[in-house]
Amino acid sequence: MSKILLKIDGKEIEAEEGMTVLEAAQGEGIEIPTLCHHQKLEPYGGCRICTVEAEKNGRSKLVVSCVYPVEKDLEVTTRSEKIDRVRRTILELLLSHAPDSDQLRKLAEEYGANKDRFEKEPSFCIHCGLCVRYCAEVKGKFAVGFINRGSRREINFIPDLAATECWNCKECFPLCPTSALQAAYMFTEAQVSETPVFDADSK
Amino acid sequence: MDIEKVDQIIDKHNSEASSLIQVMLEIQSENRWLPRQTLERISEKLEVPLSRIQHIATFYKAFSLIPKGRHEVHICMGTACHVRGARNVLTAVEDYTGIKPGETDLDLKFSLETVNCLGCCALGPVMEVDGRIHGKISPAETAEALKKYE
Repeated sequence: MSKILLKIDGKEIEAEEGMTVLEAAQGEGIEIPTLCHHQKLEPYGGCRICTVEAEKNGRSKLVVSCVYPVEKDLEVTTRSEKIDRVRRTILELLLSHAPDSDQLRKLAEEYGANKDRFEKEPSFCIHCGLCVRYCAEVKGKFAVGFINRGSRREINFIPDLAATECWNCKECFPLCPTSALQAAYMFTEAQVSETPVFDADSK
Repeated sequence: MDIEKVDQIIDKHNSEASSLIQVMLEIQSENRWLPRQTLERISEKLEVPLSRIQHIATFYKAFSLIPKGRHEVHICMGTACHVRGARNVLTAVEDYTGIKPGETDLDLKFSLETVNCLGCCALGPVMEVDGRIHGKISPAETAEALKKYE
């Protein structure tokens, strides 16, 4: 593996080929906000909150750091007026879906996003795909997946698999940046299972 | 649709996971919809997770997870057809069949769907039944045209 030299926020950084800008930054303790990123999972580039500015040969562009591979002599800026504006708008859009998500609210505070900018459309899911990808890539169970398309896209548990596999796993629950996942699971469970959903925890 | 027929179609594609969409399309055209047992069978034979099949089946409009009628009626709502009165054509068809777009009637005779352009704007307003184009159709003529279908 050859080493690649690049600059992040003015700091010289040595990264390995094939690494993403996000990984390189995190390795140096430079913080970039993420929502859909997870160490155990393949990069996804779904939420765009990790957008940074990358400059090379005097040209700069906005790139999504979690899927952008490191390049030689790349100069990355992780925080600027322009980036903040992009992140703010992304947050405002996400907040129209999940206005009460702690994770989103914290970020909104940091970036000055107005949670009431867009009309509320609480679907609660922000399509980060963490649950879907975790179930597929780490657990290999494929119990939860996406259905439909575009603005109607949502997560969906396969009822039979949810009844047999999920009750003892639930590892995807803490990953969810909102509470959409738990709600979707409870709903499926209530429909199919003979396990009394609400009693199980009080045993 | 019986399971042997499904297996036959799957075998034709050598049970390859990469042929998933082809298999689904073929079953859709034979059976006019994709019942749950069929999807489970495909999942088992092609070794593709059911959630992925569900993802694909709900992604493409070509697939249906509910029974479709014997005849698929498409009313073009594109700009050209729209200005030539597609809305009235649609209302007439809705009245004749008793169903709204996206629905299928009780005898599984017609499924009604609106589409956004069939590519023959000069013929607008256009009604398509089972791939056959009925061009320059007036609302009053739709009933006559649909009567021919059993």
